[in-house]
Amino acid sequence: MATDALPQLQAKDFASDQDVRWCPGCGDYAILAQVKKVLPELGIAREKMVFVSGIGCSSRFPYYVNTYGFHSIHGRAPAIATGVKVANPELMVWVVTGDGDGLSIGGNHLIHAIRRNLDLKILLFNNRIYGLTKGQYSPTSELGKKTKSTPFGSVDNPLHPLSIAIGAEATFVARTIDRNVQHMGEVLKRAAAHKGTAFIEIYQNCNIFNDHAWEYATEKDTKSDTTVMLEHGKPLIFGANKDKGIRLNGMDPEVVWLKDGSVKEDDLLFHDEKMPEPSLAYLLSRMHYPDFPEPIGVFRAVDRPRFEEAMTAQIDEAIQKKGPGKLDDLLNSGDMWVVS
Amino acid sequence: MTGPATNKPVQEQSDVTIRFAGDSGDGMQLTGMEFTRTTAIFGNDISTFPDFPAEIRAPAGSLAGVSGFQVHFGDHDVHTPGDAVDTLIAFNPAALKINLADVREGGIVIVNDDSFGKTDLKKAGYENNPLEDGTVGGRKLFRVPISKLTKEALKDAGLGEKQMDRSKNFFALGLVCWLYGRPLEPTFVWINQKFGKTPEVADANRRVLIAGHAFGETCEFFHSSFQVAKATLPPGRYRRISGNEAVAMGLVAASQLSGKDLFYGSYPITPASDVLHNLARYKNFRVKTFQAEDEIAAITSALGAAFAGDLAVTGTSGPGLALKGEAIGLGVMTELPLIILDVQRGGPSTGLPTKTEQADLFQAVLGRNGECPVCVIAANSPADCFYCAIEAARIAMKFMTPVILLTDGYIANGEEPWSIPTAASLPKIEVTHPMEPNGNGQGPVYLPYKRDKNLARPWAIPGTKGLEHRIGGLEKADITGNVSYDPENHEHMIQTRAQKIMNIANDVPEQTVVGPQSGDLLVVGWGGTAGAIRSAVERVQGQGKSVAYTHIRYIHPLPRNLEQVLKNYKKVLVCELNSGQLRYVLRATYLVDAAGLNKMQGKPFMISEIETKIHELLAK
Repeated sequence: MATDALPQLQAKDFASDQDVRWCPGCGDYAILAQVKKVLPELGIAREKMVFVSGIGCSSRFPYYVNTYGFHSIHGRAPAIATGVKVANPELMVWVVTGDGDGLSIGGNHLIHAIRRNLDLKILLFNNRIYGLTKGQYSPTSELGKKTKSTPFGSVDNPLHPLSIAIGAEATFVARTIDRNVQHMGEVLKRAAAHKGTAFIEIYQNCNIFNDHAWEYATEKDTKSDTTVMLEHGKPLIFGANKDKGIRLNGMDPEVVWLKDGSVKEDDLLFHDEKMPEPSLAYLLSRMHYPDFPEPIGVFRAVDRPRFEEAMTAQIDEAIQKKGPGKLDDLLNSGDMWVVS
Repeated sequence: MTGPATNKPVQEQSDVTIRFAGDSGDGMQLTGMEFTRTTAIFGNDISTFPDFPAEIRAPAGSLAGVSGFQVHFGDHDVHTPGDAVDTLIAFNPAALKINLADVREGGIVIVNDDSFGKTDLKKAGYENNPLEDGTVGGRKLFRVPISKLTKEALKDAGLGEKQMDRSKNFFALGLVCWLYGRPLEPTFVWINQKFGKTPEVADANRRVLIAGHAFGETCEFFHSSFQVAKATLPPGRYRRISGNEAVAMGLVAASQLSGKDLFYGSYPITPASDVLHNLARYKNFRVKTFQAEDEIAAITSALGAAFAGDLAVTGTSGPGLALKGEAIGLGVMTELPLIILDVQRGGPSTGLPTKTEQADLFQAVLGRNGECPVCVIAANSPADCFYCAIEAARIAMKFMTPVILLTDGYIANGEEPWSIPTAASLPKIEVTHPMEPNGNGQGPVYLPYKRDKNLARPWAIPGTKGLEHRIGGLEKADITGNVSYDPENHEHMIQTRAQKIMNIANDVPEQTVVGPQSGDLLVVGWGGTAGAIRSAVERVQGQGKSVAYTHIRYIHPLPRNLEQVLKNYKKVLVCELNSGQLRYVLRATYLVDAAGLNKMQGKPFMISEIETKIHELLAK
């Protein structure tokens, strides 16, 4: 497909004719806007894009993007996307899921899609609540959370999306925030450019059932102390005055002050998204508020063969060795005899 | 080709049923399959029935560990693996205990006498030696020290005790080849192919095979050997085929006939896994096999592949079909072509994984949430699986619908000779993908739910410029495919989806019967029971009774003339390996007072069971 022949599309060209039906104030609007803004910049024809989703508020996403789309059943988007990508590796396949869809009912499909490293772009909207079913706790809800299904507080230990993705051998892992649209745009572009499964956790606010869930990470007066921006090759420094850093103490990260001069920048943990082993990325994924600032940005970006490419290569090799399959040869195989 | 020369008297028999039985580690499946191969090459019609335990290795010598392989061959059309066993080869007391009752009066029982020690007997639950207390009854018993003779044949081969013992199944094979006049040459060739990499094993097996054959020839036990003449099959080129092989080849054929790449998503499950194994070898046919993380991913990946334009198939057995239910509903709602293969086994739950049953009919026809009709077809023999796979693909893509293809463990693993068709004789499958918008100039340019005369929707695939559209599991507005909660639209769409499936009945052959077009009794069957039912009806017809037989391949929708066919007979008997599921459907659909013959033992019908039931009904 020659990309130079493409007409110059804009965000509005990626809007479908359907009315968007998320609640007013939902974080999903910002994500939709940012995706529509980034898509025209990728140099890929609209008809070559497919958005696949499961069930949940986030999963309505495909209806609002004017590409090919498949709004499927609960949790199964990664598996459907796998079939789409294997059937036609030329398509750019996006998966839109949420914390319930992707990590609870669809947890199995998510980890297996990630480990296969298909060239999928997986956006997991994490709002730490079930929105579409009107407010039950989700697998990312914090312990003790009071919801309709946990009136005395949740006793269900949460899991952390990026730790799961890294544990499942993800080759690209990133985190961004619905309120930080510029950063989201950059991360989306990085994910689009990555060859292999790109997994992005997006902190997304559900203003109806779990408002303020990410307030610490989004509000002006707290976010510089509660988040740390990851930059490849740079030390982890944060705080409004850039006066705090993360240092490794043995195997554990610790927060250190930079201003009194006892700790130098060189002593800090330097981010390396290309490390062959995922240990650093995993360590970063374990840094949680309030003990640590939560890392934002690209945790890991490494190269590994793609499933669909390996499958295509096997097919090509078989054809090269044996020639294109002939049905008559297949039928006339095994033990045969002639009755005359 | 003729059998080796023999100096002993030869008895002619028209058909013979042999069962090899032993411990699951004794190589019974291998022995049975090799004897079948030789017999097919020799020119007999054959039908086989492997029967093995679900456990890979149950404790040695135990009843649970008994593995069997039955082959029926003859000089005429053979429709079943045989009712009563003519010759049983039992490798240990457990194998004797489980299989003896199936051997006919006057039949032959050959045992490995070396494995009837005290401990062996105890493991099988025998207090006394059944070879000595009259247990064998009116059957001819031959006590052959197979283990000892095997070791004798290999005494200078330089092999260890265990290694020598592993060849003992070849002694039995050689002996049976002698008994039925089978040539040894095909087995020599096969031994070279199979064990070529370990020449000492190949050599040992060859020597033991010859020793077994020679034993039959020289030993005083056997007064005569048996000849089964070649069958009078129609001229042509034949091969042996099992149902699972045939499904795999049929799917590849459908892929070639339609020009669509084949995607097969599957999760390993007995007895369907061999379809995955077979297809995984056909990479030069552009077959994409995907071993998914679970049954649900197997079908949903296939749905994704269907959306993207592949001929998409998922294969499973009953428990897997249950897990796929929700995704089949998604296929119905999104109206994508998809084949769901269900190789049925005994249920419910894990049930009897290695045994056959036909109890998934309700699940296939009815087992989903909402009004959710799909096409269901059932193959009736190993070779028929080939044609049913092609037919399922044709219907799925022509009508844009999931199609469930039912086979069962019996025809999946059983083998029969197959007159090999030429690729050119198979009809092409026409598939079109729209390239241009189909709107009327107002509103959206591409209308994914604007239907053709069969009510099938167009199959526009991602990558096609200008036809971008969204599908999903929420109810669709007619024509546009947009999400719709409109009450009238919902009812309209339910009726439309149902009518589309009913339209398939206009696209498939009318139901035919074997025998009189009207009369006293119509015997109805479906699926893998065809051989037994046909044989039973032929016998009764031969006795001058007014009985006809019909075998239903199209389970949903049922053939358009079926009601009339059923009502042409005074009585209707539905034979099936379940508690009466097809009978239930026929009674509900046509208000016909059908009787049932039902068996739920994990075993196929015996011809005699059906014959008895027919006589019982005729006498009433």
